[in-house]
Amino acid sequence: MSKKQPIFECRDLKIEARPWDAPPIPIVKGVSFDVNPGEVVALIGESGSGKTTISLASLGYTKPGLHFSGGEALLLGKDMITIDAEEKRLRRGEHVAYLAQSAAATFNPALKIGEQVTESAVLHGEMSQEAANIRAEELYNALELPDPDRIGGRYPHQVSGGQLQRLMAAMALVEKPSLLVLDEPTTALDVTTQIEVLKAFKKVIEEEGSAAIYVTHDLAVVAQIADHIVVLYSGEVMEQGPVEEIINRPKHAYTKRLMAAVRPSPEAGQGIATSKEHMRDVPALQVKNVSAGYGRGANGQPAVKVLRDINVSVERGHVVGVIGESGCGKSTLARVMAGLLPASEGEVLLDGNVLKPALQDRARDELQLVQFVFQMADTALNPRQTIGDIIGRPLTFYQGITGRERREKVLDIMRMVELPPEFEGRQPAELSGGQKQRVNLARGLAANPEVLLCDEVTSALDTIVGANVIKLLERLRKETGVSFVFISHDLSTVSSFADEIVVLYAGRVVEQGPVDEVLSPPFHPYTRLLITSVPEMRVGWLEDTMETREAAAGIAGAVEITEVGCPFFNRCPLKIDGVCDTQAPPIRQHAKGHQIACHHDLDEIEESEHQPQKVLTGYERALVDEEAAKVTKA
Amino acid sequence: MWQMVLRRILIGLVLIWVVSVFIFILTQVLPGDAAQIRLGQQATPESLAALRKELGLDRSLPVQYFSWIGNLLIGNLGISAAGGATIESLIGNRIGNTVFMTAIVTLISVPLSVVLGLIAAMFPGRLIDRVITSGTLGLIAVPDFFVAIFLILFLAVQLGWVPAVSYLSGSEGFWKSVYVLALPIGTLVIVVSAQMIRMTRAGILNVMGSPYIEMAILKGVPRKRIILRHALLNAIGPIVNVIALNLAYLVSGVVVIETIFAYPGLAKLMVDGVQTRDIPLVQACGMIFCTTYVVLILIADIASIVSNPRLRHPK
Repeated sequence: MSKKQPIFECRDLKIEARPWDAPPIPIVKGVSFDVNPGEVVALIGESGSGKTTISLASLGYTKPGLHFSGGEALLLGKDMITIDAEEKRLRRGEHVAYLAQSAAATFNPALKIGEQVTESAVLHGEMSQEAANIRAEELYNALELPDPDRIGGRYPHQVSGGQLQRLMAAMALVEKPSLLVLDEPTTALDVTTQIEVLKAFKKVIEEEGSAAIYVTHDLAVVAQIADHIVVLYSGEVMEQGPVEEIINRPKHAYTKRLMAAVRPSPEAGQGIATSKEHMRDVPALQVKNVSAGYGRGANGQPAVKVLRDINVSVERGHVVGVIGESGCGKSTLARVMAGLLPASEGEVLLDGNVLKPALQDRARDELQLVQFVFQMADTALNPRQTIGDIIGRPLTFYQGITGRERREKVLDIMRMVELPPEFEGRQPAELSGGQKQRVNLARGLAANPEVLLCDEVTSALDTIVGANVIKLLERLRKETGVSFVFISHDLSTVSSFADEIVVLYAGRVVEQGPVDEVLSPPFHPYTRLLITSVPEMRVGWLEDTMETREAAAGIAGAVEITEVGCPFFNRCPLKIDGVCDTQAPPIRQHAKGHQIACHHDLDEIEESEHQPQKVLTGYERALVDEEAAKVTKA
Repeated sequence: MWQMVLRRILIGLVLIWVVSVFIFILTQVLPGDAAQIRLGQQATPESLAALRKELGLDRSLPVQYFSWIGNLLIGNLGISAAGGATIESLIGNRIGNTVFMTAIVTLISVPLSVVLGLIAAMFPGRLIDRVITSGTLGLIAVPDFFVAIFLILFLAVQLGWVPAVSYLSGSEGFWKSVYVLALPIGTLVIVVSAQMIRMTRAGILNVMGSPYIEMAILKGVPRKRIILRHALLNAIGPIVNVIALNLAYLVSGVVVIETIFAYPGLAKLMVDGVQTRDIPLVQACGMIFCTTYVVLILIADIASIVSNPRLRHPK
């Protein structure tokens, strides 16, 4: 009748911020939950809900400026808050390990990976350096890292982001801790990389038998990895329970809101029916045969060519979504359109007129018509200017509006992006992430542009805030008739909002067309990989996906820019050796405006869609053979 | 990486050349030339012309510049316009003194500063940190001659521990020399260390805010190792730069100290040269000082390139 001793018990935990010039502000207001052996508990909530702060309590740590003000954080029965510093230090790494959101920032750039992975174990006297190295190599193997015997000798900048994320897992697991704390470990990754990392985490957690706290705002990810969910809002528990129950039968209103903000999986039929209202004969913005890259090479060509022969047109009042993994040239395309990066070949047309390639050669009214909204509102907005100045400057600069008229216009625009008028005199630092992104958009709109280039504007925001920004964008384009180029690595966001989709891979357009066409068969194999990689909010999705042929062929690959042939060759499940790697694929017209660049003809691709998706694992094949043998015997 | 190092070295050479042009032009701008100075009151137009011809001052400026720089390159610094002695002999006496003092001060101040800076960074906001930071701030604010006079008054006059005048006959042994020079060395150590301590502390604390340090804390790495291994390696660049600037100051900027202690160093030689309008001497000293600066900064740059694994091991 003895109950299992939980690995970690959070008992009425209270944490507060203590500003020197103000009374304490409660951040965590009495949170309790248990983590049992072998269990993964997800802490979910939007930013500011205190989920990271709570997870760090298991290590007895608070971010600078925060202080424990009550309750207990019992790790294996001992309170991490009150034990003395030396014992706390020894328990960190040995009993509880932390995995941060950005592995790139978490690894010390000046030290070799191996030293960082093993140092905790060696310093704690857990094992000798040799033993730790062997253990690390085991983990590199288990995490399916390339060159497990040598990767430890490299520096962090010498491996890819996805690899670094897995190396961080190795760093956490070296001492076989009882509890792992994972803080949004896949949020910054591409969907395809995310699958790899999730799979590796899940496998390792199962094999090592550790318990885990998984902090995230992404419910689809939670459904794949967690056993138990704790829903947090503003430092309080709203609801907690088994994953099946919370995902399928949420009770609390806030949980329901979180669920509602989850974007549906990308499917045909959810794009907005294209409105003809703002259409004209010529597209608002057109990119013709553009190639571009960085650095200066021979013959006026860039040293590193990123984009090759791109043709895209943006109709007036339309939203063109540009998708692809990081490194595919999405932002480069936007920079070419804006003139920040002059194209080395081809031309960019605005309303049918050729634009000068470089920004500094363009006329002021041309600049006005193409505006750029950057991903990070934090760095794009001048921290010393007020919101009123930031939005007002383009009004004065492009349209010569000053004085009272400018102020009224600023307030109009702020109303349009749903910012309260009292924000006019505030500075960016006083606003939340979502509000700053609204200011960022408002600044672009204030110029009264024809085309707004939005580079990953929702990627840094959490689900609910991001969903609100998308809603705002939908309204803006209906009301203003502005065209949007919407760049994102998140296919769900793009497909719910765009008229057309451009799929970029390694600097080339592999597929483009109206949303409904791109999201229904025939697919370019890369588009298909992207679609199948978007996590679904369903338990067991990860396992199913790992068994598809896309997983077998391509998920693990990295984007490589190639000179000849189809760039997707090394990851493609349908590749034809000797053809795809030597000849550039022809562009095939499917429906009106729907193009796919592939050596297979479209019927072949479509047919392959209907073949069974499942590639049998060795074990399953053995089972099938066994069954067959039984049948023949009988 | 070696390409970058090579580029730095080339830039350094170009810089030294540009500096040489500047020094040459600036010394030409000074009123009166060497011939006038030497002849003084007795100058007649004829004797001036004759001496100018003898000294090569009648040639065009570019020709004068190239003959000067050419001689410089083969180590021929020319003849002092004031006394007629070779400049090598004038400088030769002094350069040893300057190098000796700079070396001693460096050997004491660099380890001292780095250690004190690290200690301050290890306990930010604690008593020891406050003592170190406010102490260094005070010393930066106080002029070097004040520190020097204070030390003389206290250690030499009141206590009589060390001599107030740093006269070396040249026959002293190493320790005796250090003893004689104790006061200028002490003054300089105090003056240059203050800056280096503050920079070391600031460099380390700047790195201490980064996520990889937080990660090291959460891995249970002891604080000493976090500072010495995780933070220091990433803070080397700025620390080495401020050390280089301070060393360059030791070579060229210590004229006040040399004057106070009557210590015959290079800086004082140059000031004397300016007073006697000894243009070749001023040019030679100027070149030595500028080259020292450029070389030290170059070394600092190369040190920060080499300490950066991104540059040492490209992808």
